Amino acid sequence: MSELLTRTFLTALISGGLIAGVSLMFTALGETISERAGVLNIGLEGMMLVGAYIGFVGAYYGHSFWVGFAAGIAGGAFASLFMVVLCVRLGLDQIVVGIAITLAGEGITSVLQDTQFGSTYPRLGAPPTVAIPVLSDIPVVGKSVFDQPLIVYLGLVAVGAVSWIFRRTNAGLNLRAAGEKPEALDAAGVSVVATRSYAALCTGAFAGLGGAYLSIVGAGTFTPFMTQGQGFMAIVIAMLARGKPLWVVLGSFLFGISLSVATALQLAGINISTDVVNLLPFIAIMVALVAFARRSYLPPALALPYVRGAR
Amino acid sequence: MRGGRFGRPPRRDERLRTESLNRKAAIPTGSQSGRESERDPADAPAVELVGITKQFPGVLANDDISLTVRHGEVHCLLGENGAGKSTLISILSGMVRPDAGEIRVGGRMVQIDSPRAALELGVGTVYQHSTLVRALTVLENLLLGETRGLRLDVEAARARLAEVAATLGVEIDADAPAGELALGRQQQVEIVKALWRGSRVLILDEPTSMLTPQGVAELQKVLRRLKETGISVIFITHKLHEALAVADRITILRAGRVVGAIETAELEGSSAEEVQGRIVRLMFGEDARAVADVAELRTDLEGEQAPLDEQRSEAATLLALSRVSARPVGGFDPGLEEVSLELAEGEILGIAGMDGNGQRSLAEVIAGERALSAGEIRLYGVPVERLDVSARQKLGLRYVTDDRLGEGIVSSLPVSLNLFLKRIGQRPFWRHGRIEHRSVEREAQSLVKAFDVRTPSISTRAGALSGGNVQKVVLARELSFEPKVVVFNKPTYGLDLRTTSTVRDMIRGLARGGGAALVISTDLDELLDLCGRILVLSGGRLVGEVENGPNAGERVGELMVGAGDVAAA
Ligand SMILES: Nc1ncnc2c1ncn2[C@@H]1O[C@H](COP(=O)(O)OP(=O)(O)OP(=O)(O)O)[C@@H](O)[C@H]1O
Ligand SMILES: [Mg+2]
Repeated sequence: MSELLTRTFLTALISGGLIAGVSLMFTALGETISERAGVLNIGLEGMMLVGAYIGFVGAYYGHSFWVGFAAGIAGGAFASLFMVVLCVRLGLDQIVVGIAITLAGEGITSVLQDTQFGSTYPRLGAPPTVAIPVLSDIPVVGKSVFDQPLIVYLGLVAVGAVSWIFRRTNAGLNLRAAGEKPEALDAAGVSVVATRSYAALCTGAFAGLGGAYLSIVGAGTFTPFMTQGQGFMAIVIAMLARGKPLWVVLGSFLFGISLSVATALQLAGINISTDVVNLLPFIAIMVALVAFARRSYLPPALALPYVRGAR
Repeated sequence: MRGGRFGRPPRRDERLRTESLNRKAAIPTGSQSGRESERDPADAPAVELVGITKQFPGVLANDDISLTVRHGEVHCLLGENGAGKSTLISILSGMVRPDAGEIRVGGRMVQIDSPRAALELGVGTVYQHSTLVRALTVLENLLLGETRGLRLDVEAARARLAEVAATLGVEIDADAPAGELALGRQQQVEIVKALWRGSRVLILDEPTSMLTPQGVAELQKVLRRLKETGISVIFITHKLHEALAVADRITILRAGRVVGAIETAELEGSSAEEVQGRIVRLMFGEDARAVADVAELRTDLEGEQAPLDEQRSEAATLLALSRVSARPVGGFDPGLEEVSLELAEGEILGIAGMDGNGQRSLAEVIAGERALSAGEIRLYGVPVERLDVSARQKLGLRYVTDDRLGEGIVSSLPVSLNLFLKRIGQRPFWRHGRIEHRSVEREAQSLVKAFDVRTPSISTRAGALSGGNVQKVVLARELSFEPKVVVFNKPTYGLDLRTTSTVRDMIRGLARGGGAALVISTDLDELLDLCGRILVLSGGRLVGEVENGPNAGERVGELMVGAGDVAAA
């Protein structure tokens, strides 16, 4: 009995943790890009929700998971356009605009969901997965860890690619300079506004994909507020990862697991007040911040609009 | 090898400086024949600025300025703080758009609407405030802005660095983070960066304000070398002897207008005093008398200083450090190791040393901004190392930081509030938790007047002031409300002659009035001008003490260099 209990618990914990972890990973990876360029994207939560909703709509009507992911990317990028225009171009306060995007994203997707699917509750089927030979045969964890939809493997490739871009390409170098010292980048003849705009767009696209993963693969449907604060968690992860994509992966899965504890405990029939359990991820954040805040690194020009020649 | 470069005894630089002052035009004449032969008479000038005008809120920064820079010439811009020098060169480098005026490069009319446009026209700039990214390596800083290709071409950059460094005759570690290099070295990286894309015109905005005498001499050599390759240089400085040593022509700005231009070749035959008198009159107009006796204008500083503190043994000790140590900070400050010193009433004590040898730590430890790891600090005989900054402030201990824009002022706040930053919550400026606008404004007006801060109004953002005026705001704040012991870190860098003389008079006034000053400076002339005693700081330790007098400068220089060699070995 207790054997079975731990087994269900573990499987639920890990598979739930991976789902939350993958969407966190996409989103935090995106946040890393814009933070490095000096744009603090507080609106991630809203962008995720927009991506989740549009992604689900795309997958449902397009009858394809890939159409869904592409729609999610487009939706997130669209939401981040507000950030680009209002903050990067016009220099408005990034925190205020970010919060507005989050609130708008929450509100609009809830209303749309209610009018469109409020009475039908459609669901998508399970996405096809690709099992890694041998590893997926490991007992208990094998199936839940090493048998994933293709998009997850692509996500890991994206992490490596972003890391490579940061370190080895001209674009990556310019991006870092935009967050460290935008006047230096400007003096070197590269547009700070353009660099930051691309970065903020990428962030929106990744957040949209993170949201779409949550609705399409994780839940198979869209429910209002389904991101449960993951957008804010992604900001913390990006800060603690000091702009290093590989650390983003680690952080995302740790937080993902803490998010899935609630469901796993319920599945295993252990009775703890859900209110307490739902607090877990946020307690985890507090602990992480207290323990590791010293190692968090924020680019000096983060959240500061750049105006040439101003002083 | 690198040590050797800085390891030259400063005696030579002293000589270089005095020589250049005495010989006046000798250097430009010497190289002129070479320049003439290189220049094609039919060739248009390298750069022509015609009728440049720029208005900032409340200030006409450039007022119909016209200026011609010929091929292969070093063109000096002189002018008091706020004269509009940086604004003018920022217009040429694409950082600021002019309201009116034309720019011609190589005879062709051009629109410079971004730094990129300037770079493409072959105009490279070293700005007054560093544009190196501290967290990036030298090589990455140089690669910044490259858009050809996807990957960083590190190997090509390495080769290019070697090439440019060889032209300049300097040696630079390509893989060191820029923020960890000494300031002089950072300056060289900035010049390499400005020349990186094959610039034909090099703009240097106050490149020497933070350099040691050795660094300055080295830069002058670099400039002569560049001149030989036909590159034109626009050079901004506040030091006349530097201008006279390298310039072919000098243009003088005052209140946004060109008020004079001098060919250094013309000056042949006139004495150093005449030349200086002429330039100073142009720079300051009516106020020229105020700067008549600034140290920088004299060539025989050493030994003439009559120590203010002749009866030091009898005067009370105001500040005493005994065996104070502090931990190193990052790669740029070695911290302190067992530093002991005493500062007596009426004394001005100098701390000499190349930048980055613990000056910052020393100042901050005394001010209370940084904890010490061992030792004791006594103020009027009472230990204060446990008191925080504001408690020490109240006791009359003040610190004038060298980080004016960072720590010195809050650039987004008005001048008036910046003057009272350290009195937040105190009467009569704050009452019941609310600011008393009227008394703040009244007091601010009188401080602005007393310290001659040039600002459109007391409600102007402090960040919009020119460098010299920012420093006056900081001084006004720290030197008002009964200062007793004041630590000055590089009190006059970047200041024009008149402001320099004002600041030094304030320091002397403080000492004469029964206070005491600890002056930390990389500018040896400044210490020789002000101090009775000079301590030499190297690698966080005090390595020697020199009484001001004949040959004091030489002895301080030897201590700086000697200790450097020991540290390097
Ligand atoms: N971005 C700006 N906004 C407002 N005012 C400005 C700005 N830039 C310069 N000014 C003003 O224009 C005037 C000229 O400034 P500038 O920096 O060109 O002087 P400068 O000759 O370089 O002085 P310094 O020797 O102190 O560097 C000053 O009065 C300054 O306050
Ligand atoms: Mg200037």
